[in-house]
Amino acid sequence: MTYTQADTGAPARIDAGRSAMTVGDEVAIDIVRMNKWYGTFHVLRDIDLTVRRGERIVIAGPSGSGKSTLIRCINRLEEHQSGRIVVDGVELTHDLKNIDKVRSEVGMVFQHFNLFPHLTVLENCTLAPIWVRRLPRRQAEEIAMRYLEKVRIPEQANKYPGQLSGGQQQRVAIARSLCMEPRIMLFDEPTSALDPEMIKEVLDTMIELAQDGMTMICVTHEMGFAQAVANRVIFMDQGQIVEQNSPREFFNNPQSERTKLFLSQILGH
Amino acid sequence: MSELHAETVPFVRGTMLPQASPPAAERGLYRWLRTNLFSGPLNTVLTIVALFVLWWLFQHFYPWIRHSVWNASSMAECRAIFAERWGEGAAGGCFGVIRERWNQFLFGFYPPSEYWRPTSAFCLLFLALAPVLFTESRQMRWIVVAVASVGAFALSMLSGAPAPELVCIAVGVVVWIAVIEYAPRAALVLTLVFPFLAVWLLWGGSIWGPATILGGAVIGVVVWRLLARFGILAVVGGLAAAALWWWFLSGDAAADLQRMLPLSLPRMESRSFGGFLLAITIGVAAITMSLPLGVILALARQSDLPIVKAFAVIFIEFIRGVPLITLLFVASLLLNYFLPPGTNFDIILRVIIMVTLFASAYMAEVIRGGLASLPRGQYEAAGALGLNYWKMQRLIILPQALKVSIPGIVGTFIGVFKDTTLVTFVGLFDPLKQLADTIRATFEWKGAYWEPYIFSGFIFFILCFGMSRYSMHLEQRLKRDHR
Repeated sequence: MTYTQADTGAPARIDAGRSAMTVGDEVAIDIVRMNKWYGTFHVLRDIDLTVRRGERIVIAGPSGSGKSTLIRCINRLEEHQSGRIVVDGVELTHDLKNIDKVRSEVGMVFQHFNLFPHLTVLENCTLAPIWVRRLPRRQAEEIAMRYLEKVRIPEQANKYPGQLSGGQQQRVAIARSLCMEPRIMLFDEPTSALDPEMIKEVLDTMIELAQDGMTMICVTHEMGFAQAVANRVIFMDQGQIVEQNSPREFFNNPQSERTKLFLSQILGH
Repeated sequence: MSELHAETVPFVRGTMLPQASPPAAERGLYRWLRTNLFSGPLNTVLTIVALFVLWWLFQHFYPWIRHSVWNASSMAECRAIFAERWGEGAAGGCFGVIRERWNQFLFGFYPPSEYWRPTSAFCLLFLALAPVLFTESRQMRWIVVAVASVGAFALSMLSGAPAPELVCIAVGVVVWIAVIEYAPRAALVLTLVFPFLAVWLLWGGSIWGPATILGGAVIGVVVWRLLARFGILAVVGGLAAAALWWWFLSGDAAADLQRMLPLSLPRMESRSFGGFLLAITIGVAAITMSLPLGVILALARQSDLPIVKAFAVIFIEFIRGVPLITLLFVASLLLNYFLPPGTNFDIILRVIIMVTLFASAYMAEVIRGGLASLPRGQYEAAGALGLNYWKMQRLIILPQALKVSIPGIVGTFIGVFKDTTLVTFVGLFDPLKQLADTIRATFEWKGAYWEPYIFSGFIFFILCFGMSRYSMHLEQRLKRDHR
């Protein structure tokens, strides 16, 4: 059972507090009947998903349901075996040029931050702009400082990642992605490896980003975040999209039994 | 408090306790002795046994060292001195052999009038290395540069370099220092040029030979740069251009240049190389070439391309599966059968190639270990930022993998350097066996058994210990985890 944009009219539902977050008509990501296997294991089955410019999508689901794999297919960290994925008008195929093009437009934030430990915070942020975008160092550093200020840690610019707390590291990772000025951001369980005290600082950063109109796809268990910023929640199980809806409908009026069970488990305690 | 069951009594601390110093028994020498030497019955016994063993060794060897004689020109003279000073039957070290023959241990049969050439090449090696080894520590870099520069000049003068050559060395060194100070990037180019300079200094002949070979490398790089936007074609084009130059043109070019501007040193035969000159020549060449080769092999072995991967696996496993001596025999005997008749392929060059291949196989496995230690997230993060394969390797993966592998890499370096003594089996004069035997074969030094080993061992130790200390320095400098 898959809902498409037309079924739910999701983009239309924008709460008062989210008035700044507008969704355009332009298609940012288009996934059509995409399938992926690990060996003989069918991890993603007939995924259809259209993301418009400015949409904030939260993907939820039990572990092993394929949600991380799905967003990792969007920048080709994982390869899909059938179907189409088109990102910003560029189809992902074996063509390395297309992959490079998509990757430089799509930022990704990982569960375990994956900062480069041998480089300072500033160097982490300027690396890709200098080597991929070919910006002069000075300009790359200006951009990096701007985004480090945005995630509120400019004073840590010359430290190494190992000297920062988990929350700070994750904010650096977000800044590092933003330095490439991507049009789409993917978040792969960005708060799952953090202490409870640090989750909020990362979520606040992400909420700000959403308010700036960034197109975001976020795999997370933070249902509060989903309610605050998402305009669509997708529930996955066994490699399939089981249900998708606006957050209000999704949480208050889930349709499928599987969704109800999942919600009762994560919201029940 | 303990009688009142602390946990049941509400408690609020009024004042915080100040820092106190540890009790006397937990400080200083007493604590050190107790924790390190006498921490329990077993350790106490082991400490005492160890002290006894040390005392026994000392008693055993000290007389031999105390009796040692430096001023003697033959074993017979030594024995006479022992008998006279310490009584009949006394034994001692007859280090006169080192005093008389030290130059052979260092240079083999290289003519003494030309000692300044290997000496200055050795010192200039450190000028070439300083900008690479000490990129961050200006102080260390300058200490090394200063000692090497003074050494290059002073030792050349002492070993009797002719005046014009001395002037060349002095001017060259001053220019080189200026480049290191004011144009660090150009200094790296000089580092790349150094091997050609060293080859010329060591083997002599016309300078245009090594220079035109270097010219081929430059042509290759220029072609590669010009074709850079064609990807892999650029690499192929560069290699092809360099190969064409080397194959067809460099010989004539060198001859023409020599006619126009004759610049040459007396030619030295490879057979005249010996001792530490030989060990260091082979060792330095094999070490510097095996590192990049090892990196390439390690990356190839991790590659997704099946042919590249298969080649790397077969190469590494074959080379590692064969003793180095076998490869050396191949170098000295078999290659002659396979090469076209009349080709004269220098024996040291052949040995260097084999030792390099041998070392690079081990190096590749050490570096593969470093690559394997990196979490997959590093590859993913680099990929997600849009870095392509080579940029990812160069900027993210290799810096970290090589850092992790430093102990293994330097261990391999040290092993390679010591393995150079195995060239004794193909008739080259290594310092440990062939050369020492040659000296012992003379009438005067028949029976000088331990002294050459002690001397060679001492020099090997200094060089290997130097490498080891440098690797520790590097590990400290690159430490980033701040735990």
